[in-house]
Amino acid sequence: MTWQRRHVLATDDWSREEIEHVLETTGAMVEVLGRPIRRTPALRGRTVILFFAEASTRTRVSFELAAKALSADVTNITASGSSVEKGETLLDTVRTLTALGGDVIVMRHPASGAPYFVAERTDAAVINAGDGWHAHPTQGLLDAYTLRDALGDLAGRRIVIVGDIAHSRVARSDIDALVPLGATVTLSGPPTLIPSAWRCGMTPRGTTFEPDLDRALDGADAVIALRLQKERQHAGLLPSIREYAHTWGLSEERVARMRPDAPVLHPGPMNEGVEITASVAHGARSLIETQVTNGVAVRMALLYLLVAGAGAPPEQKE
Amino acid sequence: MLGDLKRDAEKRGLLTAPGFIDLHAHLREPGFEESETIATGSRAALAGGFTTICAMPNTEPAIDSPGLVAELIARGEAARAARVLPIAAITRGRNGKELADLVELAAAGAVAFSDDGSPVADARLFRNALEYARAAGRPILEHPQDLTLSAGGVMHEGVVSARLGLPGMPAAAEESAVARDLALAKLTGGRLHLSHLSTAGAVELVRHAKAGGLAVSAEVTPHHLALTDEWVAGSRALAWEDGGPRVAPFHTATKVNPPLRTAADVRACWAGLMDGTIDAIATDHAPHASIRKDVEYQEAAFGISVFETAIPLLLAGVAAGWGTWERVVGALTAGPARVLGIELPKNDLVVIDPKVAWTPTATSLRSLGKNTPLLGRSLTGRVVAAVVDGELRHELALA
Repeated sequence: MTWQRRHVLATDDWSREEIEHVLETTGAMVEVLGRPIRRTPALRGRTVILFFAEASTRTRVSFELAAKALSADVTNITASGSSVEKGETLLDTVRTLTALGGDVIVMRHPASGAPYFVAERTDAAVINAGDGWHAHPTQGLLDAYTLRDALGDLAGRRIVIVGDIAHSRVARSDIDALVPLGATVTLSGPPTLIPSAWRCGMTPRGTTFEPDLDRALDGADAVIALRLQKERQHAGLLPSIREYAHTWGLSEERVARMRPDAPVLHPGPMNEGVEITASVAHGARSLIETQVTNGVAVRMALLYLLVAGAGAPPEQKE
Repeated sequence: MLGDLKRDAEKRGLLTAPGFIDLHAHLREPGFEESETIATGSRAALAGGFTTICAMPNTEPAIDSPGLVAELIARGEAARAARVLPIAAITRGRNGKELADLVELAAAGAVAFSDDGSPVADARLFRNALEYARAAGRPILEHPQDLTLSAGGVMHEGVVSARLGLPGMPAAAEESAVARDLALAKLTGGRLHLSHLSTAGAVELVRHAKAGGLAVSAEVTPHHLALTDEWVAGSRALAWEDGGPRVAPFHTATKVNPPLRTAADVRACWAGLMDGTIDAIATDHAPHASIRKDVEYQEAAFGISVFETAIPLLLAGVAAGWGTWERVVGALTAGPARVLGIELPKNDLVVIDPKVAWTPTATSLRSLGKNTPLLGRSLTGRVVAAVVDGELRHELALA
């Protein structure tokens, strides 16, 4: 297929072909990363700006390694707090980023939808590295890649996502990447942390809601545990972290309800002892470190497709 | 002159109606003149067919003293566009803590009271406001919303907010406030008017209260009669349309309070309008300077600039069969006049070309607020002339 997209903002409107094309390209990048010299010249002379308006180490470093492995120049811009607090609006930032002349803006932002705001106002390609509760498309794609690598064809497979679904951009992007590949997704977690519409029978296509985690895990093909933000308890959404860990945490006993060897994923960083026990996190089923490695490859694939893989390659900038 | 204009218009196949009365408009002056002024707002209103508009008091300072009421009236007269009627605050400084001098405000010319945007959360204080408004002979216009339930919300809570990862405002935030307000109206006998109903449940509560004999009234906005929460996700299909063009999601022009609801809620609002549960169509015209909208969705101000696009949206609803033009005109004229307890101004008239296609743009809108999701969209039907007190104050030269 010919790559047509200018931006990666969310994968909610992507076709199966587009997702598979990214996963295939990711496979090629995994091969590059396995070489003694982990570098290709594909993006030489191009500039990737990493604009992170929210704390993140692993995603930012993952993008940085991906861009460098493609020989791109990388610039970091960090900002903290909301635009109102820092006195500079997102519009000001977009103007600055555009003036800097990057080819790609990789951005993380606390406000859902912020990458759309930027994409409408810049000539650069925009990759969403996480916006509010909305989307984290590279995480969804890397989880799809990791699961397909472990399980083969995802058609007919059932993946459980457990935890704070309501506030999770990872859950939304996992659904958007897995369902088009033929998987079904079972959502589980406390009632206050599942969007109300999804608890009332209006779950997204390809998904179901099962509050009882044991039942959700019975015979499942894989599970993705989400990070629990401890401030949810202070917001009155949880009676206690202890109860949460007891009811929706992944233990050895629980994960054994799945099919033999069914893998365990987590986007990180983990609260060991809350949403996952240390023995599961570091046990035989865990693909958590593999996810980190695959993350670099997925991000390489997207950077490559956006800059070099489009139907009409962008003009070389001086 | 009025008779001639009317005959001439009808001969040309145009619609005529008494001047429209808007119970709910934000003119932003004093305090926020970069968003709208009394002069620009009253001209925009006239271009939309509204010859009488009631100005909400959430200005800076809030309209909470007789002197400010008098000043607003004077500025409205000086603008010589739509007739401007002042609504005064219920509480001093709209702080929700102590009542403003409601009797004196009424004597100075306030036609109603409202703390719009900041509903009176304290039920006891709201009870006292209803008692006092009764003594002052004016209605209380209440923005029904339980702020503890809607806190942090930026759109309707439902399937679309779940998909977009935006915090939602549940329908229950409106419905529980409507239920409280109705109970207090019954207790006090004060004249309660509920602003901008937007949910099927709220319409049903008012229907039930009216059937029980309660003297309550309610309004709905043109956008809650046409647009849905899918617009936040990028749809541009009216509630009765399927598919159609899409734009990028998270456009802040769709951010409004109460939020755009579901197609079923839109349908229920039309049903409430048609059976008389809802008395008036009011714009909740809420213009904003671009600096308050050209930001992230969660940080953008609530509000849509409505005056100039209200009539084409309502005509589209009528064309789709969701309501009748006669009822729409009633809800824009006799309905709001009854809420205010005033006579319909005899020498006001609007002329509408129901067939003309036009596209609102930032330059064509007279309002300083360009914040409407209808910008750049082709609309059918436009107000071509408006007469106030026998004076032709708006006339559109059509090509």
